[in-house]
Amino acid sequence: MRFKIIPTIIIIVFTATFIIFFKGLKNSNIYTPNVDLEKKVPSLVFKSFDTNLDIISENIFNKNKFYLVNIWASWCIPCRDEHKFLMKLKKREEIELIGLNYKDNNKNAQNFLGELGNPYDKIFVDKDGTSSINWGAYGVPESFLIYKNKIIKRYIGPINNRNVIEIEKIIK
Amino acid sequence: MRLLHIFLIIILIFNFNLIKADEIQTENKIAKNLRCLICQGQSVYDSDSEFALSLKLVISNKISDGMTEEQIYSFLKKKYGEWILYDPVLNKNTYFLWLLPLLIFLAGGAIIIKKLYIRK
Repeated sequence: MRFKIIPTIIIIVFTATFIIFFKGLKNSNIYTPNVDLEKKVPSLVFKSFDTNLDIISENIFNKNKFYLVNIWASWCIPCRDEHKFLMKLKKREEIELIGLNYKDNNKNAQNFLGELGNPYDKIFVDKDGTSSINWGAYGVPESFLIYKNKIIKRYIGPINNRNVIEIEKIIK
Repeated sequence: MRLLHIFLIIILIFNFNLIKADEIQTENKIAKNLRCLICQGQSVYDSDSEFALSLKLVISNKISDGMTEEQIYSFLKKKYGEWILYDPVLNKNTYFLWLLPLLIFLAGGAIIIKKLYIRK
């Protein structure tokens, strides 16, 4: 009897492991970030782009309006792609666009906006990337749709036409 | 007198370095325990991505603000989710992960004991 229990246990363990790994083969192993973390707008201090003044985040999103916080940089190629969609959103009155210039050189950033147009109502700078981390962002480009001090939608990566349609539907 | 001054200054510098070294050590320890979210398979400590560089800066700022290691972990967990931590917390999704080695260990022990007793 003893000789039968051990082989059966081994066979069961091996088949169980095989099944688990075999199923695991079909799972996608690309990590998709959890986009519904922390709904409230984090409280932190931003530096203004042109005046170099400190502004607390609560004072930015206080109006009864939609806000789109967009993290961008002049060196970021996908930011160029999404720029035309931001320009499209700029025409809407219900939404205010807020840019966060990420780890950028002021002059390059100015040139970028001069070349492609400035879609932002307000721009803040994040020279060393710490504000973005405290905000909970991954990098550039990234956008957050905010309403009543709450993050209602998060877009990691460049915004595309589908996202614009979605945003327009939400802010209607 | 002059010698004493120099001596004191040297002692001060040495002590200062020790404090700083301690900070850097905890900073590195924290960075090694964090997963770089945009360059998977690397820790924040190993990575040179923009995200990791900023995160390291944030960690060192938080340490000099007097936050403990645990507080920094919970802060980052709140911002980025549990995935950022390399050390998974025991909960209903991970209990299997934590208990399996223990079960295997016990089963192995049982087999050995059984064999020994039967030999006797």
